[in-house]
Amino acid sequence: MSSTACSRLIACLILTLFIWLEQAGAQISGNSRAAELEQCVEPTALMRKSHMDFLKHQRDLTVHQGIRTRKHSLLECIACHAEKAANGEFIAINAQGQFCQGCHAAVAVSMDCFQCHAARPEPSAMLTNHISITTADLDSAR
Amino acid sequence: MNRVRRTFFTQAAAGVAILSLAPGFRLVELAVGKSDDEPVSPSVRWGMLVDTSKCAQGCTACVEACNEEHGLYGFGRAESDAQWIRKMELRDEQTGKTHSLPMLCQHCADPPCVDVCPTGASFVRDDGIVLVDKHICIGCRYCMLACPYKARSFIHEELNNQRPHAPRGKGTVESCTFCVHRVDKDLTPACVEACSAAGHGALIFGDLNDQRDPVAQKLRDLPSTQVRDDLKLNTAVRYYGI
Amino acid sequence: MDRIRYTTLSVSAQFYWVLLIALGAVLFIGLLAAHYMEQQGHWVTGMSNQVVWGIPHVFAIFLILAASGALNVASLHSVFKIDSYKPLARLSGLLAIALLTGGLLILVLDLGRPDRLIVAMTTYNFKSIFAWNIFLYTGFVLVTVVYLCLLFQPRMSGLVRTAGLFAFVWRFVLTTGTGSIFGFLVARDAYDAAIMAPLFVAHSLSLGTSVFLLTAIWVFRLMRQPLSGGWLAKLGRLNGVFIAVVLYLIAVQHLTNIYVAQHGDIERFILLEGGLLTVVFWAGQVLLGGLIPMTMFFTGAGGPVWRIVMAAALVALGGFAQLYVIIIGGQVFPLDLFPGMQESSVFFDGVITSYRPSIAELLLGIGGIALAMVVITVAIRVLPFVPLMDMSPDTGKTKR
Repeated sequence: MSSTACSRLIACLILTLFIWLEQAGAQISGNSRAAELEQCVEPTALMRKSHMDFLKHQRDLTVHQGIRTRKHSLLECIACHAEKAANGEFIAINAQGQFCQGCHAAVAVSMDCFQCHAARPEPSAMLTNHISITTADLDSAR
Repeated sequence: MNRVRRTFFTQAAAGVAILSLAPGFRLVELAVGKSDDEPVSPSVRWGMLVDTSKCAQGCTACVEACNEEHGLYGFGRAESDAQWIRKMELRDEQTGKTHSLPMLCQHCADPPCVDVCPTGASFVRDDGIVLVDKHICIGCRYCMLACPYKARSFIHEELNNQRPHAPRGKGTVESCTFCVHRVDKDLTPACVEACSAAGHGALIFGDLNDQRDPVAQKLRDLPSTQVRDDLKLNTAVRYYGI
Repeated sequence: MDRIRYTTLSVSAQFYWVLLIALGAVLFIGLLAAHYMEQQGHWVTGMSNQVVWGIPHVFAIFLILAASGALNVASLHSVFKIDSYKPLARLSGLLAIALLTGGLLILVLDLGRPDRLIVAMTTYNFKSIFAWNIFLYTGFVLVTVVYLCLLFQPRMSGLVRTAGLFAFVWRFVLTTGTGSIFGFLVARDAYDAAIMAPLFVAHSLSLGTSVFLLTAIWVFRLMRQPLSGGWLAKLGRLNGVFIAVVLYLIAVQHLTNIYVAQHGDIERFILLEGGLLTVVFWAGQVLLGGLIPMTMFFTGAGGPVWRIVMAAALVALGGFAQLYVIIIGGQVFPLDLFPGMQESSVFFDGVITSYRPSIAELLLGIGGIALAMVVITVAIRVLPFVPLMDMSPDTGKTKR
């Protein structure tokens, strides 16, 4: 094979990869709350490209400064994107074919968020909008 | 929805408080309120008073509440299972007097764990809470050697079913966070709540810097001690009655 | 002095490959063990929340101390200008790099999150002596590599002295830093003493010289080179002095700690009532690792080679014993939170805990040693590290 043909093939492959990347994660399906919404907290293209930066920025703010805004919070990602199984229970978001795992597997990028973070909202989240305070919490406050 | 409502109430109430009280006078309960987008303030220092005269021997309500709150569970290996708060039984070797008390991270102002941490994963938050940033903890365990209170645990196993507000995973070090996720929502730590619910009320939590806070008032009135005060670490957990 | 001629490891290819594969296999098993520890979590080791540092740290610190001490011989040439050691300087520098690499491998693979090594290399808390040590260790390797390169250039002898002095100072700072890992621990009665730094420095001198003696004798024997020239006897006597200094510092360490009333309990534990630890201290550290080899080096350094080998091996054994007593002994003894009170809890307060290393962590430690030996074997095979000349004291002392 000549070198020109070779480089053309590589260029083609790279192009295909980009198209494929655009496709990957494009489908938000299932019964998650996200599936009902027009777009995420930022434009879809931006989310696809920079969600990890948002998360990392937010993580430092939350851990070190106690800033707990919901917009870029991992808890909120999970609460909104988690799907429910037939029995009504949440499916782990890093399970096979689920929102996070599906895309990360497709692009072969490992993600270690869920070694520590819960991969599904707690059942109470369905009633209380997840991290919002419940009335019981308010009552028990000092 | 709830969140919005709560913020409204807090702000409205604060407004009323400011209007109704003389300058320099504030209602303590409302003054600690912080909105979600606000960083914690260095003017606050969270602390705890342990009234050992009220702490009941054999009662482990605080420990159980902590385990439940943070999803701590054991593997039947006491030496390596996580322990954020533990009950200690003491007996004076000379007089025979016994004490029962909870031992937890003392949230020192000058913590040895923070000094020795190579990556800066151990840190003191502006409001005095000592935390581990598990994102940059490499699991060297030097902080555990340095802690005078044996307050830290290393996670020896792969974990599952963590609580959403208490992320924790294999290979990193953890310890009491003063229930930082609750404190940021103006709630008290789970152990304090459980101690009250059990009818003992041995744990009082609040802002040490706010002279109007019950914990600050109590500490001003009662003689309290710091554990290992010889080390001059300026602990945020103080004990009364030992 | 005639120009010193060096040679590569002149053994049969068959022998070389068998040796390399054998060492590689030990290293590979060590890596597998580390992988297992990482996959399962540290519960498969003997380490726990009570004893947080174990055998891997004994091995790692042993290798790190030996590494900085192994540079002694090169320093004798470059810093103290004793030319009879010049032919051995290359080997000395190589040994320093190899041992440190092995030690670092163990330290890194024992981390809870070894995958975050990049975090350790990019995020620093400069108040931590551990963070400083990351620089001291990697820097030491770099400095020694530069020094070695200069040693390989006969025309660079002017720069060799400067580089050698730099490496010499660096190694002192390095062992001071290693000792300070323990010296700065205010919480524990067994540590928290400034004497930890000089103790580790002295210990590195005796350990490094012993490991150098063992390696040099092994390499010379493999190549059927004569062990003549008097350097063995001289290094042996020097090592006797080093051991004496270590013994002196151990005595001061424990005597001063006994004098502090509140530290009396830990000293009684280590010196009298610690069971196996007490045996390891007196029999391993003091007798086998100190008094006996010191006597052997002082009285018989000029005697048969096996005596030197025996004495050096004993020092190495004693080094393990000493680090075991310091690292494990300081942790199994309970922290005294409330002086004058009997303490008890479900979390082992007031109780002497135990530590039993698992096979996995032992294999990791041995793997680190294997890595050091692989580095040495490959290096002396491909580059001329071993001097060919007959090093008699007379020719050695002649200045070029």
